[in-house]
Amino acid sequence: MSLESILAINGLQVVISHFPYLLEGAALTLKITVLSVLFGMVLGLIAGLFKLSKNRILYFVATAYIDFFRGTPLFVQILLLYFGVLPFIIKTDSPFVAAVIACSLNCGAYTAEIVRAGIQAVDRGQMEAARSLGMNTRQAMTHVILPQAYKIVIPPLLNEFIAVLKDTSLVAVISAEELTMRGKLLYSTYFEAAWIWGTVAIMYFMMTKLLAILGDFIERRMATE
Amino acid sequence: MIRVIDLHKSFGKLEVLKGIHCRIVPREVVCVIGPSGSGKSTLLRCVNQLEHANKGQIFIDGEEITSPKTDINKIRQQVGMVFQLFNLFPHKTTLENITLAPTRIKGVSREEADRVAKELLRKVGLTDKNDVYPSQLSGGQKQRVAIARALAMRPKVMLFDEPTSALDPEMVGEVLEVMKDLAHEGMTMMVVTHEMGFAREVGHRVLFIDEGIIMEEGTPAQIFDNPQNARTKSFLSKVI
Repeated sequence: MSLESILAINGLQVVISHFPYLLEGAALTLKITVLSVLFGMVLGLIAGLFKLSKNRILYFVATAYIDFFRGTPLFVQILLLYFGVLPFIIKTDSPFVAAVIACSLNCGAYTAEIVRAGIQAVDRGQMEAARSLGMNTRQAMTHVILPQAYKIVIPPLLNEFIAVLKDTSLVAVISAEELTMRGKLLYSTYFEAAWIWGTVAIMYFMMTKLLAILGDFIERRMATE
Repeated sequence: MIRVIDLHKSFGKLEVLKGIHCRIVPREVVCVIGPSGSGKSTLLRCVNQLEHANKGQIFIDGEEITSPKTDINKIRQQVGMVFQLFNLFPHKTTLENITLAPTRIKGVSREEADRVAKELLRKVGLTDKNDVYPSQLSGGQKQRVAIARALAMRPKVMLFDEPTSALDPEMVGEVLEVMKDLAHEGMTMMVVTHEMGFAREVGHRVLFIDEGIIMEEGTPAQIFDNPQNARTKSFLSKVI
């Protein structure tokens, strides 16, 4: 096959000429992912600590939050927030805002469990040693427990971030024009399923692979510290 | 210095301490011996409130630490504790292990804390290990760092919970040596131990605990050479 005949393939032409269009979608995917992961980490740290708290109310609030967002599909959470909740409480119909809020809340619930498990994986003797020196619970947490827990949580946390990146594809249902939605729009015009969805898949793969490489790098740096 | 009155402690249905009474005067070294599961460690852990008693009172320097009104963090700063498994902070160097509490809780300056820490390390016989992480230390070295860490808070009392039980035999001596020096300096010490030689040589008084009560107490000579209680006799015949 000559170069001309390869370039003459219709699907390839569609993908090449619309690549910037898909790239914009990927940029939005990354934007939603980064914001959701940032908010999710904050939420997860708070909810994870609440879940370990002796205070019954904090424990209950955290448990209810985690159970709900882990126990229902993200797809449903996106629909519920976009159509049923956000328009009434913050008067917005922005798919982007709804997407970030839904993904953040979902990510936070999973992160909370990772944080909780990480803290509990630190040897009990560490808390006892810190307390026996006269530190209060907060000082023991900040200076002794959390610095050790965070090394434990890095690998599962990176796993979670990769999951969030892939899960953002679900926000296509509320027409947030991220990568999957852009793919869908392109497909409904040109019907080149294999070329369009193949390209979208490869673009997702490259983004997750990048995250994984970044993760390996961080893990290796922490191991040598 | 320490007074324990009618201390009871249960874990679920298991009653571990069944009414302990004891008293430790300043500069005294009291060794607590007894079979495993007898409640010796639990008693020690109650004295700095790592375990909360179900009933009874504990006074340290006249202050009732079992009262809910007491600021336990303040009390613990005056009561050093050394654990069987060392419990050093693995993410901190030797020096940082020792300076963490003084700088963070007592507000001691970095320079002053470092100076004191180096002095303490010299005292426990470790001069070239300041910037080493615990994973690079032997068991005996770890335990000596742990003792230095507790001493850095300038405690009035030191509690030792089987400090040599997790050590290889050849490292027991170096840790006992450090404890002996402390005792000679006049530190008030409560030592749960299986080292009968240490109890006999360094202890001023020995408490024999079994089944959650103090079965017998007395000077090392009384306990080891002329035990009165049948249980004490049978325990000592097995360990010596």
